[in-house]
Amino acid sequence: MSGELDFEGPASYVGRSVSRPNARRLAEGRGQYVDDIVLPRMLHVAFVRSPHAHARILSIDTSRAERMPGVRRVATGADIARICKPYVGVLTHLAGMRSPPQHPLALEVARWQGEPVVAVAAESRAEAEDACEAVEIAWQELPAALDAERALEPGATVIHAEFGDNLCFRRVVDTGGVDEAFAGAAAVVEDTLSFGRHTGVTLEPRSMLADYNAAEESLTAYHSGQSPHMMQAILASRLGLDEHRVRIVCRDVGGSFGIKIHIYGDEMAACALSIMLRRPVKFVADRHESFLSDIHARDHRVRARLAADREGNVLALEIDDLTGVGPYSMYPRSSAVECNQVLGLTGGPYRHKRYRATGTVVFQNKNPMSQYRAVGHPIATAVAEHMIDRAARALALDPADMRRRNLIPDDAYPCQSPSGMRFEQLSHHACLEKLVALMDYPRLRAGQAALRAQGVHRGIGLASFIEVTNPSPMFYGVGGARIAAQDGCTMRLDASGAIIAATGVTEQGQGTETMIAQIAATVLGVQMSCVKVLTGDTDKVPYGGGTWASRAAGIGGEAVLQAGLALKKNILEVGARILKTDAGSLDIADGRVVKRGTSEGLSLTELARIVYYRGNELPADFQPELVVTRHYRVKDYPFVFTNGAQGCLAEIDPETGFVRVLKMWCVDDCGRVINPKLVEEQIRGGIVQGLGGALTEHCRYDERGQLLNCTMADYLVPMAGEMPDIEVAHIQTPTRTSLLGAKGAGEAGTGGAPGALMNAVNDALAAFGARVTSQPITPDVVLAALGKI
Amino acid sequence: MKAPRFAYARPATLEGALALLAAHGEEARVLAGGQSLVAMLNLRVAAPRVLVDINRVPGLGEVALGESCVRIGALARHAELERSELVARHLPLLARAVRHIAHPAIRNRGTFGGSCALADPAAELPACALALGAKLVLRGARGERRVAAGEFFRGLYETALEAGELLVAAEFPLPGPASASAFGELARRHGDYALVGLAAYAQRDGPALRDVRLAFFGVADRPVLAARAAAVLEGRRVDEATLARAVAALDLEPRGDLHASAATRRRLAGVLLERVVKELAQ
Ligand SMILES: Cc1cc2nc3c(=O)[nH]c(=O)nc-3n(C[C@H](O)[C@H](O)[C@H](O)COP(=O)(O)OP(=O)(O)OC[C@H]3O[C@@H](n4cnc5c(N)ncnc54)[C@H](O)[C@@H]3O)c2cc1C
Repeated sequence: MSGELDFEGPASYVGRSVSRPNARRLAEGRGQYVDDIVLPRMLHVAFVRSPHAHARILSIDTSRAERMPGVRRVATGADIARICKPYVGVLTHLAGMRSPPQHPLALEVARWQGEPVVAVAAESRAEAEDACEAVEIAWQELPAALDAERALEPGATVIHAEFGDNLCFRRVVDTGGVDEAFAGAAAVVEDTLSFGRHTGVTLEPRSMLADYNAAEESLTAYHSGQSPHMMQAILASRLGLDEHRVRIVCRDVGGSFGIKIHIYGDEMAACALSIMLRRPVKFVADRHESFLSDIHARDHRVRARLAADREGNVLALEIDDLTGVGPYSMYPRSSAVECNQVLGLTGGPYRHKRYRATGTVVFQNKNPMSQYRAVGHPIATAVAEHMIDRAARALALDPADMRRRNLIPDDAYPCQSPSGMRFEQLSHHACLEKLVALMDYPRLRAGQAALRAQGVHRGIGLASFIEVTNPSPMFYGVGGARIAAQDGCTMRLDASGAIIAATGVTEQGQGTETMIAQIAATVLGVQMSCVKVLTGDTDKVPYGGGTWASRAAGIGGEAVLQAGLALKKNILEVGARILKTDAGSLDIADGRVVKRGTSEGLSLTELARIVYYRGNELPADFQPELVVTRHYRVKDYPFVFTNGAQGCLAEIDPETGFVRVLKMWCVDDCGRVINPKLVEEQIRGGIVQGLGGALTEHCRYDERGQLLNCTMADYLVPMAGEMPDIEVAHIQTPTRTSLLGAKGAGEAGTGGAPGALMNAVNDALAAFGARVTSQPITPDVVLAALGKI
Repeated sequence: MKAPRFAYARPATLEGALALLAAHGEEARVLAGGQSLVAMLNLRVAAPRVLVDINRVPGLGEVALGESCVRIGALARHAELERSELVARHLPLLARAVRHIAHPAIRNRGTFGGSCALADPAAELPACALALGAKLVLRGARGERRVAAGEFFRGLYETALEAGELLVAAEFPLPGPASASAFGELARRHGDYALVGLAAYAQRDGPALRDVRLAFFGVADRPVLAARAAAVLEGRRVDEATLARAVAALDLEPRGDLHASAATRRRLAGVLLERVVKELAQ
């Protein structure tokens, strides 16, 4: 059947930079985000959040708040707990991991500043906020465990007494032979690297509009999310509803980046309030509470050592990763996956055989930390690439040559990394060579030396990386989470001749719907304008996982392709009856069923008209089926890895410690590229997010566990003015795990950029015998490295 | 982030505005460009009972050339200062500084008077007013008074404005033909409040500088003149040795915050001094 798929031909939309059909609607302000939806009798909820990092609730007095104008209900943790069961954020395949049951609102003890404690539902958000100020809570402040480094020390405040200490998860990977390799090495380099906390900052904040219908015991939840069926399963089970009576609708979603795949107490409380009040209840996080409650990410301290022989062959790598994840592991994906990924991915592009990695995840009294775009990848890549550059410098090798020597050869696949990651087919060398050509690396190096003589300090950084995409059930399902790894597509030919494709993957602004339409139109041989894509509604789309872990194109796209092939087959069977020939001699081209190689035939419009209205013209023993559903899951590998290489040119001002990124390059291999423009914009956006975390974004806590920067003025997201040109190119190694051959591209930019940038900064600092080892790389960090403050 | 309830008035005359301010005293707040105040309302860090919107008060936005000064009306938008030929010709320091304020959309609304009345210690315009020796013109029910910039900025978000008073304009003395000014600031992102900034003014006297005024911002609770460093430069030609002595004479004691430590700020102030004064001397 694959022979029928012609992705290279002129009629293929796959491989073309088709612009997004939904862009105009969004640009004209006709998008529909949760906050745009207004239902009759709708209430708004606002939350009283814990002002303390760790405190016992002695008493809550809601009486004054209840009398405030517009207030319809003031609910405490105990009130909500009567409606909503607690949840536990552990995955069983992460052995030994633990986290206590978590309730939507704090019950007796609040464990981070910003944890929701009391919910106020009122006629308007402003009235709800007014009443929040009138809720009186008597607190007994408790000592807080804030510093991950000290969370396991004897005498540390234990956040969950029942556990005895603050350990959430620990894992060790050891191939054996590491100590021996270090003992015999010509060069050993080591460093301790740290990566600050940052967060996702979606343009549209987290939002939930819950509409409980008591008459049918059903709940419709309009949600700004990326995994509708996961939400459906969780809302049903936690709220005691039948799953099929819970409908999740995700219309337009203004970015999510992993922020919106988790269960948040405020959103659960909004649903519980809707049940309690039998009215629609809307929660839209404001920017301030987003900073206090959207998951944070990263926050790692990694000790790393690398051993190499005299020629520069890496012999062994050792890392010890410590990460603090807040007081609870997030439900249902847990907060240990990031650390687990760091262990799995660090050094993954390279040939060495000896690897030891220890990961320790601890609880602390800060906002929960969990999966955010490129989970673990930026850490894994920055650590390994930093160590590779350190070794290259120690051995006086060029960083590009160091990589050429150590990257897994492109003809060595399939193979497995020392941590057990299985690679189907990667292209590290092809990507690196294309990258250095694109950068004109030798010229950059020459220019660097010349400029240095003039007092201009530029650095060049490289980073080779791998990316986890297209996850199989081995990611979450195996650990007991009700998160689908398979995805489906229901495709139909309507009476007008239009193609309607309903898919389980979702659109958050990245162009999923465009990509789906391109595949459907190509497989069916119709104009893209004839294809309508439905996403984000559990009542309307087949069961699926949604969009995360760079899975929408690779998995959702393949389901579309399979559905398209099946629908095409059915259409051709109808065509064969009408044209009185055999189906094998027919094809669909430009919206018409034609005899192969001719234009003779009939349009899909005509065919549909006959099927739907004039069935009498068809043979009596033939029943056309113009609706099909197909599903797909990755079977042969736990994940389908992608790879790539990034380059960075940065300039440092050694007097001020300021870093300016002058240019970024990325060569990415995401398999078959369905839409080059969309892939490139994913890479660019990803790089910008990676640079943000590496340069400016930082959730800063004081010694009492107060988050100090909860506004966009104090939390510095990168702005266009500071961002460099980003040049993107592709290597295409289609995966053989699917007919489509697409892998993911959503996280490659974010995964690679921090490492490339840090290497560029250190390349510039090398002239001063200095280096930085912590991110974000602020003027404080650079000046301290230079010994100037 | 919804503002608490407030009453709103939009007087059409200066007298009307002053009467409202007098009547409501501490409970009233002037609304100019709203670029700071509206955010403060939404964050509930300000909760005035009455907002007195001065945007309809005629004449408050004028930029005019007088005999001995340039008068900038309180309601002059940042964007107007950016475009004004008069400002470019007579107050080039202001024209340069204003481009560092936020972003075009904010500059379209934000006002000169709002920036001065807010008195953010890292704001550009108050430092320019200080460097250029401007006088701020305040009007209250009892009449008008003029306060020198050096006395107007009293501390963190604190000014000489009294309850019921409105800032109506600032008067910048017309600089002479030998006047020079230079400006620099260091911010992580263009448009952010500066980590450290410097608005500098001097008279050129051959190769030497006189009447040097170095107004730093972002290093204290208000814009401050680095008098000791200026004294080092006074009457001397600007060379590396003099600059180094001026930097050494800087007696700023910036506090560390989220964006930079005290040590970094001190260092940045020295770097800026060198860079900006070199430009001043050119
Ligand atoms: C994203 C962002 C970035 C910014 N970056 C910068 C920056 O880099 N540098 C900078 O300087 N500013 C910056 N600002 C602030 C901006 O310049 C504001 O416009 C300015 O500080 C206040 O001016 P306004 O006219 O908006 O005043 P409003 O917000 O209306 O008022 C501010 C305060 O001044 C009082 N007030 C206003 N006018 C008068 C008056 N005539 N008499 C008495 N009291 C008065 C008000 O009552 C209020 O207390 C930024 C703002 C934003 C939103």
